[in-house]
Amino acid sequence: MSVEIYERLRVNPKFQELVVTRGRFAWTLTFIVLTLFYGFVLAVAYFPAVMGQPVSEGSMLTVGVAVELSLFIFFWLLSALYVRRANSEFDALTQEVIKQARKEDK
Amino acid sequence: MRCLTQLYNTLGLFALSAMAYAGPPVEGALEKQPTNWHAIIMFCIFVALSMGITYWASSRTKSTADFYTAGGGITGRQNGLAIAGDYMSAATLLGLTALVYGSGFDGYLYMLSFFAGWPIILFMMAERLRNLGRFTFSDITAFRLDEGSVRTMAAISSLTVVCFYLIAQMVGAGQLIKLLFGLDYNIAIIGVGILMMVYVTFGGMVATTWVQIIKACMLLTGGTLVMVLAFSQFGFSFTTLMEKATSVHKLGLKLMTPGGLLADPINAISLGLGLMFGTAGLPHILMRFFTVTDAKEARKSVLYASGFVAYFFNVIFIMGLCAIIIVGQNPDFFEGGVIGGKLIGGGNMVAMHLAKAVGGDMLLGFMAAVAFATILAVVSGLALAGASAISHDLYSRVIMKGKATEAAEIRVSKIATICLGIVAIILGILFEKQNVAFMVGLAFGVAAAGNFPVLILSMYWKGLTTRGALFAGYGGLFSAVAFVVMSKSVWVDVLGNKVALFPYSQPALFAMPLAFLLAYVFSKTDSSARAKREIDAFEDQYIRAQTGFGAAGASKH
Repeated sequence: MSVEIYERLRVNPKFQELVVTRGRFAWTLTFIVLTLFYGFVLAVAYFPAVMGQPVSEGSMLTVGVAVELSLFIFFWLLSALYVRRANSEFDALTQEVIKQARKEDK
Repeated sequence: MRCLTQLYNTLGLFALSAMAYAGPPVEGALEKQPTNWHAIIMFCIFVALSMGITYWASSRTKSTADFYTAGGGITGRQNGLAIAGDYMSAATLLGLTALVYGSGFDGYLYMLSFFAGWPIILFMMAERLRNLGRFTFSDITAFRLDEGSVRTMAAISSLTVVCFYLIAQMVGAGQLIKLLFGLDYNIAIIGVGILMMVYVTFGGMVATTWVQIIKACMLLTGGTLVMVLAFSQFGFSFTTLMEKATSVHKLGLKLMTPGGLLADPINAISLGLGLMFGTAGLPHILMRFFTVTDAKEARKSVLYASGFVAYFFNVIFIMGLCAIIIVGQNPDFFEGGVIGGKLIGGGNMVAMHLAKAVGGDMLLGFMAAVAFATILAVVSGLALAGASAISHDLYSRVIMKGKATEAAEIRVSKIATICLGIVAIILGILFEKQNVAFMVGLAFGVAAAGNFPVLILSMYWKGLTTRGALFAGYGGLFSAVAFVVMSKSVWVDVLGNKVALFPYSQPALFAMPLAFLLAYVFSKTDSSARAKREIDAFEDQYIRAQTGFGAAGASKH
């Protein structure tokens, strides 16, 4: 776990690629979740009547409940998307970077 | 009707109390129920099973890694269940069902706020936590900052969170057990305290994890069963259910329209922030990330946990709506048989009455046992997190400066667990008649403003120095406590003043930015040589956070 290994990891262009791609992906997803969630909270605070409208004429499902159910599902799907990509693509890249740094150690 | 109106008016406060326990208002409602044998027998089965696991776990708990993190060998799915078990307290089942029963849409909205923190934890924190931490989250803040002072600070705010959360859970547990099992309050508190001490001291994280996994499975199964049985009475049709519910509920068609919970946007945002980032700063939740083998499993555990939590919240939503008709229209569940009067056992008994209505005494007994198991699992997780702050952070790293032997450290953590258990029992008994709702708000507020800013900055901001971290940590801790003390739940409800000095129920919107600001100002103006070393050390920490290279691995058995 020497300092030189960390240095070799850092200069590896693949490491930069990993950090940039994963960082951008994670921040985008975070931004989507925060925007939708706080947007919805504010919409509930400012337009409660709209949230109480039925989704269609005579339906018992209101806009608010429908949006909420879809947010539950959508947020979880985003999580699944992140885990899928991180556990395959990003982890493979990480392993490769570490392997290269180890090899140069010998 | 009066009870419902009251519930509706104090929704914000109620919502907070719902987080930790099914806190019935302290007045009335707490008379002892006849001893419930079905519940006691099922609970004994659970205790016997968990004792068996503790016995098995004790033979596998030898090193500090075993004690704090179950050797780091828990799989993502197991940990996901355990996190869900840690997160969904008896409140989730009882308090939130009651919230949906009383106010429909608002209850659902509250659950979404409770859920929305998980994706953020996954995207921003899960893998860095696993890559940098070992036993407690202060391992991360102390990675490049001055170990002694930063760990002391983290331990103080962890213990603050743990103590307040423990009191809320204990008081809730005592009242709940009195209601469900017909046991005496003090006996219930002592029982919970002793069982918790046994699980944690003998079985450490291995036993705690398995108690949580079993409890999560019981909760998911029991909830689903009640939901399916209740929903079948409406032919599994949401339309039929809603038509009937809106026709009998006092809110009528407004049942599915936003009510009072988030009417004030500032309070709404503050509550959202407090729930979201409070979750990301709770020491017993953060600790769970160190029990898995690597970052991959850490990510999976969040995915499983959030899936279970989201599923269960929707089950509760349906349960609450079904209860409006099945419980709300049945005179047997009201005192004196008056429909719309006071529910027997108080407003939080909705889920239990529903279980009895659809599944008889057997199902009621099972759900009561689930509620008790839930409380036990949550207090065990809390006690372990508190004990690790004392033994790992304070004793081993700060006082002994890393020179303590593993055996000594484990001994200290066991003593700490027993002390915490005794403190929890005493405080639980002392606070029996108090309204403890504010303590949960305080726990989440301190977690969001005291723990979270320092933790996230130490992982993301190169410029953070020890000085900045200390000001942010203590500043967040004290301002969160001060805001809660000045808010309605303490200033008016506990101290008896007329008007609250701080108009919102959650301090997060104000205390969190303050902590970030303090961190920024006092790091930027820190020109000491130590600060420079700390900033230089960020690079290595950053590489380890990103790649997991050098991270603590799973111990071999």
